[in-house]
Amino acid sequence: MEPFTKLSGVAAPLDRVNVDTDQIIPAVHLKRIERTGYGQFLFGPLRFNADGEPNPDFILNHPSIQNPKFLVAGRNFGCGSSREHAPWALEDYGFRCIIAPSFADIFYNNCFQNGLLPVVLLEEQVAALMDKLKQQPGATLSVDLEAQRLWSDDGEFVFSFEVDPFRKRCLLDGLDDIGLTLLHEDKISDYERRMGVAG
Amino acid sequence: MPPKTMFDKIWDAHVVHQESGAPSLIYIDLHLVHEVTSPQAFEGLRLAGREVRRPDLTVATVDHNTPTWELSRPVVDPISKRQLDALAVNLKDTGIAFYDRFSRNQGIVHVIGPDLGYTQPGMTVVCGDSHTSTHGALGCFALGIGTSEVEHVLATQTLRQFKPRTMEVRVKSPLPTGVEAKDLILGIIGQIGVNGGAGHVIEYTGEAVRSLSMDGRMTVCNMSIEGGARAGMIAPDETTFEYVRGRSFAPKGDDFEAAVDRWRKLPSDDGAVFDRQVVIDAASLEPFVTWGTNPGMVAKITDRVPDPASFQQPAEREAAQRALDYMALEPDTPIQDIAIDRVFIGACTNSRIEDLRAAAAVVKGKRVNNGVYAMVVPGSARVKEEAEEEGLHRIFADAGFDWRVAGCSMCLGMNPDVLQPGERCASTSNRNFENRQGKGGRTHLVSPPMAAAAAIAGHFVDIREWKTN
Ligand code: SF4
Repeated sequence: MEPFTKLSGVAAPLDRVNVDTDQIIPAVHLKRIERTGYGQFLFGPLRFNADGEPNPDFILNHPSIQNPKFLVAGRNFGCGSSREHAPWALEDYGFRCIIAPSFADIFYNNCFQNGLLPVVLLEEQVAALMDKLKQQPGATLSVDLEAQRLWSDDGEFVFSFEVDPFRKRCLLDGLDDIGLTLLHEDKISDYERRMGVAG
Repeated sequence: MPPKTMFDKIWDAHVVHQESGAPSLIYIDLHLVHEVTSPQAFEGLRLAGREVRRPDLTVATVDHNTPTWELSRPVVDPISKRQLDALAVNLKDTGIAFYDRFSRNQGIVHVIGPDLGYTQPGMTVVCGDSHTSTHGALGCFALGIGTSEVEHVLATQTLRQFKPRTMEVRVKSPLPTGVEAKDLILGIIGQIGVNGGAGHVIEYTGEAVRSLSMDGRMTVCNMSIEGGARAGMIAPDETTFEYVRGRSFAPKGDDFEAAVDRWRKLPSDDGAVFDRQVVIDAASLEPFVTWGTNPGMVAKITDRVPDPASFQQPAEREAAQRALDYMALEPDTPIQDIAIDRVFIGACTNSRIEDLRAAAAVVKGKRVNNGVYAMVVPGSARVKEEAEEEGLHRIFADAGFDWRVAGCSMCLGMNPDVLQPGERCASTSNRNFENRQGKGGRTHLVSPPMAAAAAIAGHFVDIREWKTN
């Protein structure tokens, strides 16, 4: 996994609550067996009209939102299915940091598995950021994971945020979860013997 | 020892390793695998030169992507076929039990797990699918995981988890007549909201829950994720033990009796403390219909479509307005005046034998309304077989329903069963998200009898006033 330390870039405001994973990537695109290439389908039905043309009203089609790295959204982002295709699609499109007042559990966890940083800010902070980004499309943000700080590059906002220390370390170092767990292989075998479930 | 919740007991019994500040490593007793969320996990294993640690604790089937037409007709979509074939290739020589499209044990993962006796009380169960919460109905800690975690479980038979908090949802007084398990869970979600259970494992307790059959309990636990919860569970009791007894992969004879003795110790101790508690009075519940684009947007059958202006918070108001626009509904329309085009009876929420029996009882001797296309999709090949032995398929066919082969079908718009843009569907599935059942499709979630009655009437009706033949 690619380590995550600092990031700067354009932020896209997606002013919706309860954005579910079916909106992020509809099931019809989950038939592929690869991990990559899902960016083209990201937010499909919102991003494209029925005729396949880009929907000019959707934020990612705004001319000032080029190569966004941050996505700012309403609460309970990523609810619904466990599909990891959702973070894969966001990442493949270029996003590395998602900001919302709250996230659904499985999605939140899936982000960390893929080098995406989900940042939880207060409802008022997200609302203020959302307003700014809607008024100044193309405005840029920066985040420093080590310092747990996120700011707008024009200096208007500086926020600090919480992140679990273990997950933070894994992201900073780009650690592989399975490799970490296999360091405890002996404990797994012990458990299996103790519980009488040895294979 | 201080009193413990059922969740704490199961959790404590599965901790393999614990370091402060890091998630716990918990052992997984049963891992269910399907074609959609596993290919990248197997690829990861291959790239790292790792093997499946416990093929004997892993079970695989195909459900999401399979067509529900007759088995003699092949899968025609080449991308779907490639994914289905990939699973067979990935499983080859691993020793993992695999129920392919033609197997008698094939079906939706969450239907076959309990039905075949794989799922047993006290277990930890995972699957790369959020509705794994279904298995909690047997008194398990069962949760949905992402593909990276699927790979982790395949390689290590463990999962890294921060311990969730506990929440009791106590449903007091019995369920009124005509109010189904589906209505109960829709009512709960309507009350706690779609992220009301976030970070928590819900244990459902109380009279209304205790009196549910296993199939009903599975319906309730299935939709825990729709309330944002990490998992849902119900304490095992005689109903549970009788359900598990005799199933193909359940313990037999003395082993079964010994298992039951262990399972009896699982329920939460008297005085156990939950981090949160919600009490709901079943007497206040009615048959429900969702009107919007998440499962919390729910109304009683005797109610009307709400007016977005009636919502206090601006975000709620906007979401309600967007939902009504998408659903093409006017505020204040009586729910019973909403006409439908399609009916889908199926999905892991409501495709077990009792669901099909309840729906069949409603449609017996009647005809599907002109202009409505209605389908019944059993949750597994075994459920289909059982229903056919009882003649349910004939009742449905005589009424004009299409009787299909087991699979996820129109629950998720991934296989050939999809809504056309603008079509409105009464569905027994669990998600009414935009485009969930097909691009532009409009989903109303209901119980199986409510869906069945809507198929006959052509619009939603109050099942409590239904006259059976
Ligand atoms: S029936 Fe629907 S909810 Fe259940 S596993 Fe299949 S797709 Fe998921």
